[in-house]
Amino acid sequence: VSTTTFGWLVLLFPLLGTVVIGAGFRVFSVPARTAGWIGTGAIFLSFLAALGALISLQGHSAEHRQLVSSLWEYASTAGIDAQMSILLDPLSVFMILVVTGVSTMIHLYSVSYLDRDRGFARYFSYLNFFVFSMLLLVLAGNFLLLIVGWAFVGAASYLLISFWYRRTTATTAGIKAFVINVVGDVGLVLGTYFLFKHTGTLDFLQAFKQAPNVFTSGEADVVAGCLLLLVGAFAKSAQIPLHTWLPDAMEGPTPVSALIHAATMVTAGVYLIARMHPFFELAPAAQDVGAAIGCATLVIAATIALTQTDIKRVIAYSTMSQIGYMIMGVSVGAYAAGMFHLMTHAFFKALLFMAAGSIIGAMAGEQSLDRMKGFRRALPFTFACFLIGGLALSGIPPFSGFFSKDDILLVTGELGGWHWALYALGYLGAFMTAIYTFRMIFRAFYGGEPVPEATELEHGHPHHALQPTNPATGEVEDTDVGFPGPVHAIAERALPMKVAMSVLAVGAVGAGLIQIPEVDSVVEKFLAPSFVGSSLYTVHTKNGVLVLGLILGTLLGLAGIAIAWRIWGRQTDIPALLRARFSAAYSLSFHKWYFDEAIDFAVVRPARAFGSFAASTFEPGFVEGTLIGGATSIVRAGSASVRAIQTGLLRYYAALLLLGVAGLGLYFLLQT
Amino acid sequence: MSIAWYLSVSAIVFCTGAFGVMTRRNPLVVLLCLELMLNGANLALIAFSRMWGNGDGQILAIVVMIVAACEVCIGLGMIVAIHRRHLPIDVDELRELQG
Repeated sequence: VSTTTFGWLVLLFPLLGTVVIGAGFRVFSVPARTAGWIGTGAIFLSFLAALGALISLQGHSAEHRQLVSSLWEYASTAGIDAQMSILLDPLSVFMILVVTGVSTMIHLYSVSYLDRDRGFARYFSYLNFFVFSMLLLVLAGNFLLLIVGWAFVGAASYLLISFWYRRTTATTAGIKAFVINVVGDVGLVLGTYFLFKHTGTLDFLQAFKQAPNVFTSGEADVVAGCLLLLVGAFAKSAQIPLHTWLPDAMEGPTPVSALIHAATMVTAGVYLIARMHPFFELAPAAQDVGAAIGCATLVIAATIALTQTDIKRVIAYSTMSQIGYMIMGVSVGAYAAGMFHLMTHAFFKALLFMAAGSIIGAMAGEQSLDRMKGFRRALPFTFACFLIGGLALSGIPPFSGFFSKDDILLVTGELGGWHWALYALGYLGAFMTAIYTFRMIFRAFYGGEPVPEATELEHGHPHHALQPTNPATGEVEDTDVGFPGPVHAIAERALPMKVAMSVLAVGAVGAGLIQIPEVDSVVEKFLAPSFVGSSLYTVHTKNGVLVLGLILGTLLGLAGIAIAWRIWGRQTDIPALLRARFSAAYSLSFHKWYFDEAIDFAVVRPARAFGSFAASTFEPGFVEGTLIGGATSIVRAGSASVRAIQTGLLRYYAALLLLGVAGLGLYFLLQT
Repeated sequence: MSIAWYLSVSAIVFCTGAFGVMTRRNPLVVLLCLELMLNGANLALIAFSRMWGNGDGQILAIVVMIVAACEVCIGLGMIVAIHRRHLPIDVDELRELQG
């Protein structure tokens, strides 16, 4: 079986899963969980195919590791050469491995987590569709297919975020995510246009080959194209200022958050920049913008995460922050480091979301950290997983996040100049990461006497809410279709969840070992064939920065944990004192830097004001009065004049006919 | 004999017919006048046919006769129908199709 056949199989299985579950949802929801196992199996097969692709790709020599396969010609007109083609190179194979691997675990987790939800089959159909879209995005061999996958991912995220569609908060969050993603889609399409205008081809490999010939470095069109691509990347990867959808998207079921916001969708922007590196390297201005925005996002998101009380939102902001590192990394040319962080992040972030889901299950849907305390004895397994994920996220050696984050910052620092500012801010972000991560852990698992839910669970009685409510608004809800199901799952009592979390925990602990600087740069060597022409992709020379970074990262992480323990480890009044002392900073952080308000003020309100202005003045006067009224009165007047000819008098018609014929005859006579 | 004579007769017959169609009100007479017009045209066709020395015009004339026969069939049928319904036999009175 050839490498590209494996690539097609990777795409085929999730698509089949979607169709089979979607078409047969009545059949497959009868023996409970069937749909879930089909969905999980489809993604697992896809993962196996991805492994096959990896093995078969390594069988080629390094120069021949960029394989294109085209099924048919999509459109070939007027200079457009759109093919139904996929590209398998180390970069895309790396991505499909991460996506399918983590998605398999998330599907497995969902089998238990959404077990009693009435929308079970629908859920797995959407979930498979989401994975299919993401794989299409990653495997696309040309710009057209990339845009298709990009838009599919946006649509699938809308479906999944609004999965509990009777919840108003969930549907508005879904719409918000979709609208902001469409802004990104527009950026991607326009950016593609700018690049296509010069390269004249949609095919990736040909376009990349053309890039140095048709563009000079820093030329206006390539910079504009790359900036527009960045708009797309920022919207998908939740970078400032297009990030506001991500925290709201926590309205979806927790495994969805793990899938969309850990492993797949939000990493699409990182992948895009890495994939488009031949263009970005010709547009240093766009690279600088990407690095600066990534850095700003990682700091701002970290400060917001310090004060949020919704456990999932804290993790969501930490995702934003970590994606900020990746965007910064791939923007400064640290492609391998960025992709490496993408992989480790996928493991530990999915793990954190799953563990959070387990706590939320134990709290019967409640997500506020204010209500959680002392869960460590009630949920020992979840606690262990959360701790592993938290240590990896905080960058404590030897957990995976330690190596990947430092790798990015190392390359950034080596570039010198103003990149030192990014380097310093990166470590500031790492410090805050440790604080907010362990704030979350200490508040949920320590923090004094356990809450009643935890005590009950220690005695073997999982908590059930008297009335199911929406954690965001407190509204009383049904458990019927379109709402969360009646029973909440915790990892301690559900084997599939336990298995999924254990696998990811192993990844979160050990994945960092595959790329230890100066020891075994596995990722860097593996990805190298994808970045042959890159001037920035070099194996980095060692200097003092390397050791400095590793030590600095460790110390900052440990310091952050110590501070978090001091503040939130026990029941103290330090948090209240801090709140009072730094009330301005606190409210800035608590209100998420007022981004929602700013966007509301700058975009939503003017648009709404213009809309109502148009509805009240423009529409009655111009549209209805002039356009529609004018058109109808013209037609009416015209038909009135034509109607007058229809007298019903036969002789009159005959006379007209004769006159007409005579006129025609006369005309032709005069012509000759 | 010059073709002009034939064409003159044809034109006179045609114009007589046309005049009749436009001025008379009895549908029967209108039909008669239509026949006159068709025959005026036929006369011209046959005259030209003779002039060129081939049969095309004559064939066309036969076609016109067939059309005329059909037209008379329908026209007379309509007149009979009008009569049966006790409607006025007057084309000026039958003007329901006024716009």
